[in-house]
Amino acid sequence: MGVSIEVTGLNAWYGANHTLQDITLHIPANEATALIGPSGCGKSTFVRCLNRMHETNPIAKVTGDVKVGGMDIYSEISAVEVRRRIGMVFQRPNPFPTMSIYDNVASGLRLNGFRNRRVLDEVVERSLKHAALWDEVKDDLKKKSGASLSGGQQQRLCIARALAVDPEVLLMDEPASALDPVSTAKIEDLIFQLKSQYTIVIVTHNMQQAARVAERTGFFLNGKLVEFDTTHKIFTNPGDKRTEDYITGRFG
Amino acid sequence: MTRIRFQRNLDDLKEKLLVMAGMAEQSIQRAVEAYRVRDLSICDLVDRGEMAINRLEREIDQMALDLLAMEQPMAIDLRFILAVIKINADVERVGDSARSISDRVRALQDFPAAEMPIDIPRIANLASGMVRRALQAFIEGDADMAESVLKMDDSVDKLNGSAHTTLLNLMKAQPVLAPQALNALMISRALERVADHATNIAEDVIFWVRGADVRHHMGATAARVNSHAAGGQTVPGSQ
Repeated sequence: MGVSIEVTGLNAWYGANHTLQDITLHIPANEATALIGPSGCGKSTFVRCLNRMHETNPIAKVTGDVKVGGMDIYSEISAVEVRRRIGMVFQRPNPFPTMSIYDNVASGLRLNGFRNRRVLDEVVERSLKHAALWDEVKDDLKKKSGASLSGGQQQRLCIARALAVDPEVLLMDEPASALDPVSTAKIEDLIFQLKSQYTIVIVTHNMQQAARVAERTGFFLNGKLVEFDTTHKIFTNPGDKRTEDYITGRFG
Repeated sequence: MTRIRFQRNLDDLKEKLLVMAGMAEQSIQRAVEAYRVRDLSICDLVDRGEMAINRLEREIDQMALDLLAMEQPMAIDLRFILAVIKINADVERVGDSARSISDRVRALQDFPAAEMPIDIPRIANLASGMVRRALQAFIEGDADMAESVLKMDDSVDKLNGSAHTTLLNLMKAQPVLAPQALNALMISRALERVADHATNIAEDVIFWVRGADVRHHMGATAARVNSHAAGGQTVPGSQ
């Protein structure tokens, strides 16, 4: 099941660049939450802070609290455990190119020491089914490499890979921006289905996509969270003029 | 400012709607004048005006549909286009009301002229005034002005109600004048509908400007529900 995320006074820096400034918000469990804002506003940095990807950059620094399911991810659990519990899907599908479809999905489990063939088979099948890819690849699991799939299929493979380690939260950083409309629709349908089991945070530049898939939406600007409310409110009658200017395309 | 073409299209949409609304309001004045002076040539003008209004209604709907499909408007722009679509329908109905009055004036030609004990021009002035004020609120994006239109509706309702009673009594007392009284009653009723359309237009302006649905006295309830259900979070230091 998904868990809620509690962020309090989060600040992030890349060197001297203060990229996130005092972010406080509550992301409810088992909902999709969309983060929108212009390029460089801090939304991707924010999701990276949610699974400690941020700290893989040596000049990055983070202060503040991030609690996932009530546990502080910066002090109570290791970075490896954090990334198991909080999966991430990126803009460009990044399957391991030399691995088969099966090995791509099983890779996380193997890294965590699982070797039992029957368990791996079960998890691979379940994950591919959850990612709505099973029917398309079940006959080629070990014959085809992840890289041989179409872009949309690769992205769903990456989602299956993230789901295989049984996360509680799925972070998606523009997961459909490199995909065609049909593949995008499949990813969106998938997000809709997945949120009954996972908490989903999706960064997107596509406002219609945020409106379609997310219960709540946060608008970031210049490293600050300007407004966080129900998606309905944000897209029909936002409270802040800057949010309205952004979503109506009046910036600039 | 970005999306310059989109903004220009929104301005065009607004301008076209105002042209149509001006025609509809003029039609009401003409129709009432036709009643007052029993002049069928004015009725012809009203009828021609109605056809032009209907044509504009279709054009405005098409423009709004195109903007929804091609520009995918959000927030205040989305509310504006939705308001335009609804105001468009109400303005067209104002044109229909003018046509109804004109039809009654034609029907009255078959009967001797008779002074009716009700003040049709007064009801017409009030109803037209409401339409004019609602449109002014639309031009200026002024929700307060639109609210003042809502308050004017009661007086038109009262005048129509009392006209109804007066004319009913007249029909009972002087059955020979029943056709004239019945037509006057229908004209009064048409003007009361014009005031209702003005009220709708004002409500749509409030929706566009404030994002609040005040129809059927829902304003207070809607605001309360929104504040409880939205779950919006205060974002400190973002101002």
